[in-house]
Amino acid sequence: MSEDEAEILELPLGDWHRALGARMVPFAGYAMPIQYEGIMAEHLWTRESAGLFDVSHMGQLMLAGDGVEEALEALIPADVKGLSEGQMRYSLLLNDAGGILDDLMITKTPMGIYAVVNGAVKWDDIGHLREFLPDEITLNHMEDRALLALQGPKAIEALARVVPGVGRLFFMEAGSFLWGHEPLWISRSGYTGEDGFEISVPAEAVAALADALLAQPEVKPIGLGARDSLRLEAGLPLYGHDLDEATSPIAAGLGFAISKRRRTEGGFPGSEPILQTLKDGASTKRIGFMVDGRQPVREGAPIFSGSTQVGTVTSGGFAPSVQAPIAIGFVATAQSAPGTALEAEVRGKRIGLIVTRMPFVPHNYVRRGAVQ
Amino acid sequence: MTRYFTDEHEWIDVDGTSATVGITDYAQGQLGDIVFVEVPDAGTQVKKGGDAAVVESVKAASDVYAPVSGTVIEGNGALEGDPALVNSDPEGDGWFFKLTLSDPSELDGLMDEAAYKAYVNGL
Repeated sequence: MSEDEAEILELPLGDWHRALGARMVPFAGYAMPIQYEGIMAEHLWTRESAGLFDVSHMGQLMLAGDGVEEALEALIPADVKGLSEGQMRYSLLLNDAGGILDDLMITKTPMGIYAVVNGAVKWDDIGHLREFLPDEITLNHMEDRALLALQGPKAIEALARVVPGVGRLFFMEAGSFLWGHEPLWISRSGYTGEDGFEISVPAEAVAALADALLAQPEVKPIGLGARDSLRLEAGLPLYGHDLDEATSPIAAGLGFAISKRRRTEGGFPGSEPILQTLKDGASTKRIGFMVDGRQPVREGAPIFSGSTQVGTVTSGGFAPSVQAPIAIGFVATAQSAPGTALEAEVRGKRIGLIVTRMPFVPHNYVRRGAVQ
Repeated sequence: MTRYFTDEHEWIDVDGTSATVGITDYAQGQLGDIVFVEVPDAGTQVKKGGDAAVVESVKAASDVYAPVSGTVIEGNGALEGDPALVNSDPEGDGWFFKLTLSDPSELDGLMDEAAYKAYVNGL
């Protein structure tokens, strides 16, 4: 065994995935299922029924202590103080230049602020939080819990049978539930563009819960491959690809993550450059593209207007629900209007792109107060 | 006609000095759903072990190498409209290109079917 292989860690469901025939790959330092029956079928199943994802590689953190809300507001641009219990927000961990260290979900809970961060950068996030949060704030990295995501229009039917009462949650709301004696923390959220749930469960109970969910006729196991194609169609950025430390949240189209009060008050890392960009507009923009023909245009492909490079593709692939290649990239704001014709270069060949509004497939979130 | 295999999971059917090249059933299984194939144009010179075609799955692009050196006679036009042929019939209708061998002795280092099977079982 090589050194690299020795460093691949096992998550609680590793053997469970293998028993179901998953192809395992190293991802974020862990052995993770990339696919079971095939990305295309798994993607389409999630869009029409319910897909069960293991996202236990992501970091589940609990921040607690007197003044935790103010302390966190010094590091992220969300209105943490304004959250009511069970309310969640998409937010950003920012550096002093206004670059993005990670994107994360935060929720106010009776215990403190629960945060879910990206697996690939969770150790950096934990280090950053420990360094910059005051000593009286405790940070618990909940490595004893696993995280499942059940996504798709039938996720509600399937989950409500296993965990009655989840229907009281709407999009971006979370709460405590019991499954037998097991305490679950469930949010109505996900990263596929579909209605769905993320379920935090004690690691020793996750295989039994996954089995109980899989026993529902609506549910199939889905790998990370389809998770990526689903989020791409949903127009959602992926940290390390569409977002990084050099990316302005405004250019990335994430201005909504800077809450109203914080826009007035500032006081988050990089608030000066970010609020200035909010006023002046960003010089580049994250946009979507439809791609001519069948050939996918992938991350890293330069984007041209005539002979001038005006941007770069940051995520791209074949969209199973659209049955065509699609891409996300950053281009100069002048070239970012929907309908603009550009070109990408792939293996020395030019491929036509048309700037398109995102999402590529409509979001199906079930929002509180919306007409059903 | 004799069929040979490479350790990069290409197959080559040789008939005199002309041959047909594709990827193996094992390779298509590893790649998953294939959504695009770029095959070489007639007249292209390929070199043993050099890039000859590209196959794209939902997830990623992969190079296909020439098992031997030669001149491409024809790329498989059917793959343009139906790239999934590589998934459904990788060692038949899902072939990639035909070529004229420039050095038939290059076949000597390739595996026969039994050797390839043993190689794949060991992966």
